[in-house]
Amino acid sequence: MLTVRRFFATLGPGVLWLAVFLIVPALVMLGYSFLTRTDLAQVGAPWTLESWQRVFGYDALFQEWTGDNVRVLWRSVWVATLSTALCVLMGYPLAFYIARQDARRKNLLLLLLIIPFWTNFLIRVYAWILILRPFDLVPSLTATLLGMVYAFVPFFVLPVYSSVEKIDWRLLEAAEDLGAPPVRAFLSAVFPQTLPGLVAGILLTFIPALGTFVVSDILGGAKTALVGNLIQNQFGQAGDWPYGSALSFLLMGAVLLGLWAYARVAGQKGLEELV
Amino acid sequence: MIRRTHPALSAWAWLVYAFLYLPIIVLVVFSFNDSRFGATWAGFTTKWYGVLFARADVREALAHTLEIALLSTLVSTVLGTLVGLGLWRYTLRFRTALTGLLVLPIVVPDVVMGVSLLMFYSFVRQGLERAGWTFDNGFWTVLLAHVTFQISYVALTVRSRLAGYGPELEEAARDLGASGWESFRRVVLPLAMPGVLAGALLAFTLSLDDFVVTYFTSGSGFSTLPVLIYTNVKRGVTPDINALSALLVLVTVVAIVAANALLRPRRDA
Repeated sequence: MLTVRRFFATLGPGVLWLAVFLIVPALVMLGYSFLTRTDLAQVGAPWTLESWQRVFGYDALFQEWTGDNVRVLWRSVWVATLSTALCVLMGYPLAFYIARQDARRKNLLLLLLIIPFWTNFLIRVYAWILILRPFDLVPSLTATLLGMVYAFVPFFVLPVYSSVEKIDWRLLEAAEDLGAPPVRAFLSAVFPQTLPGLVAGILLTFIPALGTFVVSDILGGAKTALVGNLIQNQFGQAGDWPYGSALSFLLMGAVLLGLWAYARVAGQKGLEELV
Repeated sequence: MIRRTHPALSAWAWLVYAFLYLPIIVLVVFSFNDSRFGATWAGFTTKWYGVLFARADVREALAHTLEIALLSTLVSTVLGTLVGLGLWRYTLRFRTALTGLLVLPIVVPDVVMGVSLLMFYSFVRQGLERAGWTFDNGFWTVLLAHVTFQISYVALTVRSRLAGYGPELEEAARDLGASGWESFRRVVLPLAMPGVLAGALLAFTLSLDDFVVTYFTSGSGFSTLPVLIYTNVKRGVTPDINALSALLVLVTVVAIVAANALLRPRRDA
């Protein structure tokens, strides 16, 4: 039984910490998104919906809908989707390859996957400048995409691998024995077994890709700004905290909505397995 | 079960590995390139490492990075372990909400976490200034932020380590005459220990690696290595930053190979 005393001896301090440094800041952010920018990085009265209108493409200055912002949001979703798709294309077969090696090679291949995974993100993105610069590709959207795929592919492969590892291959044999052609046998006997890892891998790639500003900041340019860059700019040069808050809240909302949908399908266990 | 792999699958796998290692290799090679602007090879040199070691800002950032990582890991390991134990030990009515709270720092984009903390700190700072106090220290703001994203990882690692054990373990210890503290110290804690260590290692690495949250919470005048690398990279490619990057890659490789050798799961575990 959990008594008050036991709560404060175990869960309490950690939960309190998260309440103060995670929930309260999120509430401050929500509040700021309805305030007015009074000066560089300053907020104050009056309360207004202006920042939220801007998030959805309404230009307060010209009093009309310009859609500028929606284009950035759309580009962010599109770039994140494309880079996730490329990660699937590269990583899905790789997970199978690793899972089918003997124990020693498997360990080595996983180690070789974990090394880039744990190498500093910034360095890995920066390295692409050195490679792409001679081809005059920095800054460009191509470079951003390439950098994202490179940065996130290990996040994708690891969960898929752990699903592939658990595959019951007898199902494939059964399908083959029953005369299914190879593609059909794979799709009906193997593919469904990899779904939990595939979905987890896609989420673990898509979410950071949607929120990143580092990759597009280093490899892309002002013309290829994503929502992450827009946010970074509001807390940097532009100094427009209310607008930045509204954008951040939208980004967080989108991610949480997606995860909520995922949890509804996969259950709480699925949510825990994600981490 | 080992099945034959199709040659096309092997070729694809090797291509992906080449893709993963190409930038890392280029980085290391260029750190030995005797050319200031470094697009072409101009001969072998180790002088950039000398330039790097002579930079006081690099040494200072390295010290900050390590201090923050050590302290935040210490705090988050204690808090996270307690949360993990609580999750394991008690039947909770609000378990779903609690799991949600713990998953939050892991899934929320780091830029959102960074900017919300930035505004929170500014909010608190204004309040404190009105009360006549000053609060302007990048070390503490970064430290508190790091603990916030570390707690969850530690808690979930500890909890999953204990997942297979029931409360009967502790009950048995109590039946044999152990006090609550003794049964915790001599039964539960040793069982949880591998999870605690793994969680601490994860927390430490996450802190060392973090750029985004640190960038938004550090304010001016305080940087860690990732923030220093970022500000340098924004100014253009510099060979001493290549050398620094190459060194960090080396440290990562050594740490992972060592961890792999030490923590490799044994057959009986």
